[in-house]
Amino acid sequence: MFEAVAFYLFAFLTISMFWITVTTSQALYALTALAAGMIFISAFFFILGADFLGAVQIVVYSGAVMALYSFGMMFFDTTRDVKEKQGNKALILGLSTLSALLVVAIFAGPIVSDNIHALYPVIDGVGNTQQVGLVLFTKYLIPFEVAAVMLLVAMVAGIVLAGKKMDSSLTLMNEEDIHLMNNQDKKVLS
Amino acid sequence: MEIGLNHYLVLSTILFAIGLVGVMRRKNLLMLFFATEILLNSVNISFAAISHFYGDLTGQMFAFFVIAIAASEVAVGLGLLVVWHKKHNNIDLDTMTSMRG
Amino acid sequence: MELFLYTALFSPLVGSMFAALFGASPKTKWAGIIPSILLGVSLTSSLILMLSVVDTDNIVHVELMTWMATGNLYIPFGFVVDQISVTMMVVVTLVSTVVHVYAIGYMDHDKSFNRFFAWLSAFVFSMLILVMSDNYAGLFIGWEGVGLCSWGLIGFWYHKESATWAANEAFIMNRIADLGMLIGIFLVYWNTGTLQYDEAFAAMPSLDHATLTWMGIFLFIGAMGKSAQFPLHTWLADAMEGPTPVSALIHAATMVTAGVYLVIRSNELYSLIPNVGLFIASLGTFVAIFAASMALVNRDIKRVIAYSTLSQLGYMFAAAGLGAYWVALFHLMAHAFFKALLFLGAGNVMHAMDSELDPFKMGGLAKTMKVTMIMMTLASVALAGIFPLAGFFSKDVILEAAFVDHHFIIYAVLLLTAGLTAFYSFRIIALIFHGEDRHTALGFHPHEAYKFMLWAMSPLLVLAVIAGFTFEEPFFEMVTHLLPDTEYHIHSHLTYWIMTIGTQTFVLLSIFYAYKKYMVRDIKVPDGTSAMENSFKYKLLINQYYIPYFYEEYLVKPYRELSAIFWEKVDMKVVDASVDGIANILYSTGEKTRDMQSGNLSTMLKWMVAGTVALLSLAVVFGLAVRHSDSILAILSGLGV
Repeated sequence: MFEAVAFYLFAFLTISMFWITVTTSQALYALTALAAGMIFISAFFFILGADFLGAVQIVVYSGAVMALYSFGMMFFDTTRDVKEKQGNKALILGLSTLSALLVVAIFAGPIVSDNIHALYPVIDGVGNTQQVGLVLFTKYLIPFEVAAVMLLVAMVAGIVLAGKKMDSSLTLMNEEDIHLMNNQDKKVLS
Repeated sequence: MEIGLNHYLVLSTILFAIGLVGVMRRKNLLMLFFATEILLNSVNISFAAISHFYGDLTGQMFAFFVIAIAASEVAVGLGLLVVWHKKHNNIDLDTMTSMRG
Repeated sequence: MELFLYTALFSPLVGSMFAALFGASPKTKWAGIIPSILLGVSLTSSLILMLSVVDTDNIVHVELMTWMATGNLYIPFGFVVDQISVTMMVVVTLVSTVVHVYAIGYMDHDKSFNRFFAWLSAFVFSMLILVMSDNYAGLFIGWEGVGLCSWGLIGFWYHKESATWAANEAFIMNRIADLGMLIGIFLVYWNTGTLQYDEAFAAMPSLDHATLTWMGIFLFIGAMGKSAQFPLHTWLADAMEGPTPVSALIHAATMVTAGVYLVIRSNELYSLIPNVGLFIASLGTFVAIFAASMALVNRDIKRVIAYSTLSQLGYMFAAAGLGAYWVALFHLMAHAFFKALLFLGAGNVMHAMDSELDPFKMGGLAKTMKVTMIMMTLASVALAGIFPLAGFFSKDVILEAAFVDHHFIIYAVLLLTAGLTAFYSFRIIALIFHGEDRHTALGFHPHEAYKFMLWAMSPLLVLAVIAGFTFEEPFFEMVTHLLPDTEYHIHSHLTYWIMTIGTQTFVLLSIFYAYKKYMVRDIKVPDGTSAMENSFKYKLLINQYYIPYFYEEYLVKPYRELSAIFWEKVDMKVVDASVDGIANILYSTGEKTRDMQSGNLSTMLKWMVAGTVALLSLAVVFGLAVRHSDSILAILSGLGV
């Protein structure tokens, strides 16, 4: 009973938040609605018993990713509406509805005929986090390490792309050159 | 009423459709990224739901990696957006037509 | 003996190819001499073959190689030298050799000298294939070959539009007749299973009468085109546009006799269908008098001689139709000699008079052109059928044949035609050579032809004189090995003598009348004002009974309109348009889909979603198909797939 109430409540909230994200003309509203949607999705994870995943969702998505997007918001004058030349609304809605129906049809197929079976079964009596840890560090170790390398690469890429004064290296210059560089941009008021 | 796997899958599909609407509709690059996030999240929900109803941890693992990849994708994407903005001072998709065939 | 056969057949081809090498070069006399020599070689071989056939009754039959051997159809390149074909071979090669030598002189100043001999020898080669072939398919190859070479020779001076028009007319009319001939050949094959003469004729008596009748009719239609019988006769008179040696060879001695040869060769078929034979004879008789009437008033000497050829062809068909095949062949042979001689003589006259053709502008040429006058007069005497020259022995027998078989109308008409023939031939002779000199006043300075040309014509003269009384008996002996040997003798001697003397008298009277009318002093060049010229009869005859006009107005013009409609409405609008349309569709599809690559990310994302939807629907469809594959198979097998 509670589960049904919670599911429908959060479902409604998530859908409305995401709808606001895609339809509003105000950039700030979109950002805020996205963040809210992320949180509600983590609620779903908790309902489904994926505690670790829910926590990660909050921390990574609502925390880090939204922070990044907020940084991206610097490029907007937030008091102004985002003006967008709209494409064909009917086409867009039609295409997305059609794809939704098709996906449902595809998923309804095998599930009705009960073709799916478990690959890595859950061990009872242990908490979710422990189970995740067990599986992650035994069977999914290599993807884990690869993901780590990938994050590193992404981080470096982000710094290089967005950073300033990337052509000179502070550790390789003398004191006088650093001093010169710092004073170069200052304007003397006399 | 019993919440079964189908409910979660339908929910996930609806969210995916909303994401598609955003992808097709938005002309601002940053808004496009938001829509992409929605797509990824809807998929995560379905992974978690299947994992729960079949007693399999594979779904959660996959969702986990999707989150990691999404995060790095945001980082790189925003970096590129910054560079573009520095150059053109404009992030409207209609002006980005240098790949015209 | 086979060697002689191949020599006779292929020497003209070698000569033609030799001359063709020089086709685009300026005139070289070797291009005329070598083909003539090679034709002489062919003539010698033919004579040797003829002597062999006469002496030993051996027929030479060779098969060069197989042409078609598919299923039940077997057609070889086979050649036979039997009594009929050896006669034709000798006639063709003799007249051709004479004409070749003559043409060296006649075409002396023509810059397409080399091309002429190439065409001429090619013609002789085709004609030899026609007469020497042992099956209908080979005959047809030769048939088409002579049609083609005749086209090339009639339209030899192709810069003249009248010449090209005449050449096309000849070829097209022949082609129309060839359709009939092809149907006849198909019928022969269909009913007898073979195209070889001996086998087909052996199978024919067992076929039913209606089939044989159709066969005979269709084959005769082909003969009508080649031998210019009514209504396909207009091309022969117009073919005089070609050089005179061409007229002498083709339109006197060889090509036009191909139709007669066909009927003679198929005599076993025509003997079985005497009704068709009677039709052929009647048509031939009609053509004889029809052509003779048109020759009475014509003012073009070559045309008059052409009409006389047409008339004599009518005689030959009359003979063949009545079943007197050996008579037809004999008349063919004799006619070839004196008609070719007449044409060559006319060529001399034309050459002397700068290609002027109107005899009213000549006159009194006997003084300057004695030899030609003698030759043409003797040839005309032979043509008229006066004893003892060649024409008598052939024409009179035809008259006898008609009389004996109780075809009195045919007899009467042919007799009348004989008189007309004598009249118009001597009209021309009188106008050209006798009477007062009308040409000097008009500025002509005639001279006799080159000596070697006259020497070349002399064999024909000799033959025209002696061929009758010398050759009739041996010819009859030889030819009746193959042809039915009906002798046409009138039982009562009295009737015979009355007939013969009566015919001769009638002909001689016509000749005298012609001389009397046209040898007088004051003949003026008719200029359209005299009463006779404006009379209806004259107009009818000089316009060839308005038949060419009829053909032009009611056949050629509508056909041209129809062709124009087909070109504009069907070919351009339908065929070309659909081809262009296909290309257009491809091009415009490319142009429109090019807009997909707009470079706009938003558009591309929309396309991506659309593609994904398409793939998803495919997945659903295939998934459903896999799930319900049994029921789908059941439905399909129910539909019969």
